[in-house]
Amino acid sequence: MKNHLPVIHADNISLTFQTADGPVHALKDVSLTINQGDFVSFIGPSGCGKTTFLRTIAALETPTGGVLDVNGMTPDQARKARAYGYVFQAPGLYPWRTIAGNISLPLEIMGFAKADRKQRIARVLDLVELGGFGGKFPWQLSGGMQQRASIARALAFDADILLMDEPFGALDEIVRDRLNEALLELWRKTRKTIGFVTHSIPEAVYLSTKIVVMSPRPGRITKIIDSPLPAERPLEIRDTPEFIALAHEVREGLREGHGYD
Amino acid sequence: MTEIAMPAPADGFLRRGVGAALPVLTVLLAIIVIWYLAAVWMNAQWVQDQAARAGTEVGFGDLVRQTLTQDRPVLPAPHQVAIGWWDGVFGQKITSKRSLVYHGWITLSATLAGFGIGTVAGILLAVGIVHNRAMDQSVMPWAIASQSVPILAIAPMVIVVFASAGVTGLLPKAIIAAWLSFFPVLVGMVKGLRTPDAMQLDLMRSWNASPRQRFWRLRLPSSLPYLFASLKVAIAAALVGTIVGELPAGATAGLGARLLSGSYYGQTVQIWAALFAAAMLAAVLVIVVGVIEKATLTRMGLAR
Ligand SMILES: Nc1ncnc2c1ncn2[C@@H]1O[C@H](COP(=O)(O)OP(=O)(O)O)[C@@H](O)[C@H]1O
Ligand SMILES: [Mg+2]
Repeated sequence: MKNHLPVIHADNISLTFQTADGPVHALKDVSLTINQGDFVSFIGPSGCGKTTFLRTIAALETPTGGVLDVNGMTPDQARKARAYGYVFQAPGLYPWRTIAGNISLPLEIMGFAKADRKQRIARVLDLVELGGFGGKFPWQLSGGMQQRASIARALAFDADILLMDEPFGALDEIVRDRLNEALLELWRKTRKTIGFVTHSIPEAVYLSTKIVVMSPRPGRITKIIDSPLPAERPLEIRDTPEFIALAHEVREGLREGHGYD
Repeated sequence: MTEIAMPAPADGFLRRGVGAALPVLTVLLAIIVIWYLAAVWMNAQWVQDQAARAGTEVGFGDLVRQTLTQDRPVLPAPHQVAIGWWDGVFGQKITSKRSLVYHGWITLSATLAGFGIGTVAGILLAVGIVHNRAMDQSVMPWAIASQSVPILAIAPMVIVVFASAGVTGLLPKAIIAAWLSFFPVLVGMVKGLRTPDAMQLDLMRSWNASPRQRFWRLRLPSSLPYLFASLKVAIAAALVGTIVGELPAGATAGLGARLLSGSYYGQTVQIWAALFAAAMLAAVLVIVVGVIEKATLTRMGLAR
């Protein structure tokens, strides 16, 4: 096993939102270690704190308790060191910029030189198989292509950590399969550490090296499953007994989580 | 295969064109008819007074003819206004004090200056409101208060104050125009600058963008559809403000002054011609802003 340095270390993270209806315990005592090059999926019913946890890692939320360490820094220091590429469910591309222009945006903000930007844009466009689409505007692309462009945008500035919150949630099954395959390929090429939120058991099992099962009220981790599947994963792997057994284990984990309700 | 008759495109286009124009033309025709009837009715008194003074009787035909050809009718007939307008626009040297082009230009220049000042002020205030908590809580009530003071009361004061400082002409009028036009820009821009959703702002944050970068690259471009909608209101308001600014005694040039001098001398045709010139100017200005809006937003992929 190679490069297994811990990148993200969460120690008893809690996050309570104070709302008009009283406190909401979005996260309670969440502890997790994510290693360099891990592909970690977060799965669980709505409201179990998946988004909140991902946002906490990216310093978009501040935990009310516990310690979170990213590359030996606080999440906010890591954010300022541009450690995160964040992908949301919606592509969030600017309609007034071309695809290349959209990918260029974080690069411009971070002060990359023009020639460097050009090179990086070309590289990530190839990586997400959108070579030749740089000059197109977002509305000229399908939903799946737009989402790939948003992934390219998150990759362009070489963030160590890619955080994806249901990035394919709005896409249909066929496009989704295709993108899952492409994402795995991309992960193998770039060796990024990926945090991936999903509602889909097959998606989590197919993609991950580590599956984190969560459960709501309060949001917490109920099970962490290390995947025994090989790194090389053609789509057909989903029909193998190993895959089915793993999916079953995740389903059981989700059911146990619900048992507390 | 060719038996199935397809309507010729030109035919369809024509039908659609007529279909759209018909209601407009009907309303226009109705207005003109009502106008003529009103002109006959309102001007009849004068004709009858004249006849009574001369001790003669007027028949119905004569009455109608005379009501529509007076020099200083209570209500000029449409064709009189049209002739007055045509003469004012095309019948005079454009440097002449009787030219509507001359007066129109005076009004237009002050309108554009005021519109410019108002737009800049509205945008700056909106930027302040969106970025500064104290401004967010304090500016809006004052802005609303400024608009609830009748402009007819403010305008003469502005003119007098500026005149006492030796400033006359374009600037005082432009200030009044700006007074009216900054408000729609302010309201629209506050809304527009706040349109970027949480996700867009989070992305900016994850890239560690500075507030300045967030403003120029996200908030400002996102606000343009709102800005343009406001600009259309603002430019019409600026024209109204300028004309009101030309009404206080002393102004000798501009469509507002033309309106006023018309009413001093009972030149109703002149008043109406100036009124129509102002209305057309407003329409043209709004259309120009609309065209720029369409071109810009289409180019930016923001057209709806
Ligand atoms: N900004 C917020 N303010 C108040 N409550 C919030 C906020 N964000 C999330 N929550 C609550 O925290 C809980 C976890 O939400 P979330 O992390 O979005 O769940 P998930 O992504 O797993 O569906 C939910 O009950 C949600 O209503
Ligand atoms: Mg969520």
